[in-house]
Amino acid sequence: MQIDEKRIRAYGDTFNDGIVQVSFSLPVEHGPKGDEAARILAGQMGLEDAEVAFSRDLGQSFSFYIVYGRCPAYVDLTQIQVSQVEVEAMDYYEINRFIEERIGRPLVVVGACTGTDAHTVGLDAIMNMKGYAGEYGLERYPQFHAYNLGSQVPNADLISRAVEVEADVILVSQVVTQKNVHLENLTNLVELLEAEGLREKFLLIVGGPRISHEMALELGFDAGFGPGTLPPEVATYVAQEIYRRQRSDSGKPGQ
Amino acid sequence: MEKKLNLEQEKIDRARQAAGTIARGVVEEITPRTTVAVERTILRLLGVDGVDVAEIPLPNVVVEKIQEAQALPCGVAHWMGRAILATGKSPQEIAREVADGNLNIMDQPLYSDEDIRRALEPHVREGLEWIRDQRRRREKFLETLGTGPKPLLYVIVATGDIYEDVIQAKSAAEQGADIVAVIRSTAQSLLDYVPYGATREGFGGTFATQENFRIMRQGLDEIGEEVGRYIYLVNYCSGLAMPEIAAMGALERLDMMLNDAMYGILFRDINMKRTFIDQHFSRMINGYAGIIINTGEDNYLTTADPYEAAHTVLASQFINEQLGLRSGLKDEQLGLGHAFELDPEKEDGFLLEVAQAQMAREIFPRAPLKYMPPTRHMTGDIFKTHLVDGMFNLAGVVTGQEIQLLGMLTEAIHTPHIHDRSLAIDNARYIMNNARHLGDEISFKPGGKVQKRAQQVLDEAVEMLEKIADLGLPRAISEGWFGGISRSPQGGKGLSGVVEKEENYFNPFMEEMASEREGSSRAD
Repeated sequence: MQIDEKRIRAYGDTFNDGIVQVSFSLPVEHGPKGDEAARILAGQMGLEDAEVAFSRDLGQSFSFYIVYGRCPAYVDLTQIQVSQVEVEAMDYYEINRFIEERIGRPLVVVGACTGTDAHTVGLDAIMNMKGYAGEYGLERYPQFHAYNLGSQVPNADLISRAVEVEADVILVSQVVTQKNVHLENLTNLVELLEAEGLREKFLLIVGGPRISHEMALELGFDAGFGPGTLPPEVATYVAQEIYRRQRSDSGKPGQ
Repeated sequence: MEKKLNLEQEKIDRARQAAGTIARGVVEEITPRTTVAVERTILRLLGVDGVDVAEIPLPNVVVEKIQEAQALPCGVAHWMGRAILATGKSPQEIAREVADGNLNIMDQPLYSDEDIRRALEPHVREGLEWIRDQRRRREKFLETLGTGPKPLLYVIVATGDIYEDVIQAKSAAEQGADIVAVIRSTAQSLLDYVPYGATREGFGGTFATQENFRIMRQGLDEIGEEVGRYIYLVNYCSGLAMPEIAAMGALERLDMMLNDAMYGILFRDINMKRTFIDQHFSRMINGYAGIIINTGEDNYLTTADPYEAAHTVLASQFINEQLGLRSGLKDEQLGLGHAFELDPEKEDGFLLEVAQAQMAREIFPRAPLKYMPPTRHMTGDIFKTHLVDGMFNLAGVVTGQEIQLLGMLTEAIHTPHIHDRSLAIDNARYIMNNARHLGDEISFKPGGKVQKRAQQVLDEAVEMLEKIADLGLPRAISEGWFGGISRSPQGGKGLSGVVEKEENYFNPFMEEMASEREGSSRAD
């Protein structure tokens, strides 16, 4: 069957059936009235033929629902534009050689989980010597001087450290979010940098499971890396972007 | 308990002996010193509470005044005792007057040490009696209500608002949770004081305050009566105010405290001297209050490779055990930690996890082991995570773990929503009930994968501990032996709060707790 790219709907087992599942809790006693409330709510979300497949009591006058229904909404795939960090990742050796030959000095990276975030898994995956999934982290690269500041670093401390070590790059990781505090925190970092007149001094990168490049650009970052990113992708982007900036600064063509 | 791994007792003894040497080295370092946090804790146990007009806690106000005069080496008890003798007032009244500027605590007549101790004695007795009462109350509840079957199901609440936390905690208890931990507002470990009063806003968690402890305790007691099980309450006895939190927990009947020998040093960059001194007193208080500590070995596996670093977990369990016993904790209060963190893609990973968990069970037979769920490789694929959590629950029940911190299907996405917790409890109840006695039916093949892995990890831990025993723990930490993180004895936060004791220094609570312990161990 030919897929109509202008009308893409959710798929269950038949094209255009629009089947989706949603689950949520309501501050309502469990029972027939709660089930009906959940069904109506799903209808108001736009689901047709919504059915409560399962519900249960959560105590304290809360209840949980799993609902299936048909979502009539569709998207036009031909109208979608997504910006991604477009780099063809080089490998460890290529990156080091690239920096050595084209930039001519090691790049300084300062990384931190900022604000209240105590989860360093993502930051460590990119920064630590050991790296992640068989790829070395930035600390292992001879052409990177990497400073991993760890978790719960206040934005102001991150900035002062970046200035102190003359960083080229600030790498921020945000993993766990509660009521979207990470967005405020990221915005605050950009504002602080701008207030200090330092924004242009650094390549500003954010990574984390809830981060997209799109969102990073909106928040005023230079790039955003989502889940599953490996160190060479970040390293390649950094090397090429700094090289690009150097060239455009000096107005000279590259080698 | 049936031994299934064919571990050599001689190696276990060697490991324990090396850890004992390490712990002795630490205790020698801490005995001649105290800290601002220890001194504030003494005030809290003497009944000092509340804040001044600038919202600074009174224990901080008083200790800072004494420290400014460089008179802290005598200990806060000395100065408070003199003030009691001079004014005839209570420690709380005295602290309040110091804060209001109506009393200079440094300007007191001289008294003999004997008189000072006698003046403090009724206040010390009152503080300790309160803690013993709370302990008895817990014992009574455990007797009448009992607890759920082991492993006990441990969940966290973390809304930032203590009143919302109570709702979530009660809901969790109704679903079957046995243990509720209130996650702290994350930056709190770096505060050199304890916030005051009920709080309704936090970051990634809820502030640990004495009033919040009381509110949650009351909520859990209510729901415990309803569901017919005692619900344990947990908080974090770590960070720069560690012993103060221990005191608050003892006073408000918390049941468990996260309290690891090295966590703050490694993961919060708190100075190691400060940590060891604060920790020793906080563990004495926990021990006295009948609180089970939870150690944090799982954390190493979030920064180091879980397969290669498995022996560091075992080595740290030995160190935590030996330090804990030296601070007056009993084996039954040592909730030694470990975690199910291997890459789910690893072939036979489950066998290795079972080997590690069973090994901990056999080496620490009386410890209420705390088993931590997978986090490192969880991606936001809630369906996969739910399944991995199920395997974790199976490993927990098969190897006889006692405290099972439940994994949430939304790991790596957000702090748990109300139904995340409910689904996690449902997962655990199903698997643990369905496989309740599977462990009794299993023995491991001699020389098979499980036995070999456990023996290998033990061998590596013995080697590591014996090297550390030679080096001393501070040096091993500076060389990055744990979690791949290096911290120096002079580095980190809070070193300025470490004070060398003078000859006439005394901590009446520490003395009393130690002597009661000796009395009771003689009676054993």
